[in-house]
Amino acid sequence: MDKAQQDQNAKYQQMVKEATPKPEHRKNIVLAFLTGGIICTIGQAVFNLFSKIEPTRMETTGTTQATMIALGAIATGLGFYDWLAEHGGMGAAIPITGFSNTVTAAAMEFKREGYILGMGAKMFVVAGPVLVYGILSSFIISFFWAVLTGTLL
Amino acid sequence: MVAFEKEGRTVDYLKAFLVGGTICAIAQIIYDNTKLTPAHILVAFTVVGAILGGLGIYESLAQFAGAGAIIPVSGFGNAIVTGMMSEIKRLGWEGLFTGAFEITGLGVTTAVVFGSLMAVLFRPKD
Repeated sequence: MDKAQQDQNAKYQQMVKEATPKPEHRKNIVLAFLTGGIICTIGQAVFNLFSKIEPTRMETTGTTQATMIALGAIATGLGFYDWLAEHGGMGAAIPITGFSNTVTAAAMEFKREGYILGMGAKMFVVAGPVLVYGILSSFIISFFWAVLTGTLL
Repeated sequence: MVAFEKEGRTVDYLKAFLVGGTICAIAQIIYDNTKLTPAHILVAFTVVGAILGGLGIYESLAQFAGAGAIIPVSGFGNAIVTGMMSEIKRLGWEGLFTGAFEITGLGVTTAVVFGSLMAVLFRPKD
């Protein structure tokens, strides 16, 4: 194969690469929508259940999120969530069950490096940044909200 | 009355499905068209949820969509800021430091307990 032909091959491959991802993207979006939608529908069932028991909306929110986190952890332990994440993409990652999945998956993965420096230290390798930036941004917003509304004075 | 309630509940599920699915679809579009990792997107959605929560916008979405707004991580960010503001109302400035886990503490502790339990019980698949 001479050089010109190789170049042309490479160019052709490049063109194919650029042309193909579009339908793939559309499929990803639909799968993310369905996966995320189904997880939130299950969440709604949990929410409806807790809204009968819990006295306030805040507590209902907390218990609903915690229950979904527990379900996400169990699904991860059983290996089901990996399959879901593979097909659902962001539809599996963005719900709170995906947050739970990152904690459990890291705990399972790093257990072999020991319980303290492995599991304990690396459990929040992805969830840690979520907490850190969630808290930092909330802190700043709450501070300004409190000052502007006079709640702190 | 019962029939009305039942109907209302079906609508709740539909709204949760549509709004939750839409939030995830937006994340997927961002993921497919940028070089951001899932961790970056999780952080971004949490922060956006916290900001919209602080502005009072996210709560309106949660009133409408229920779990469709509460279950995505943006709802987790909203829960952090909502807990903080409620604790500030109750305690004053200390609330800025105690409020983050007012609502989310339940979830974070659940993640630690169940994550550890799963790690003890199961081995990751190769």
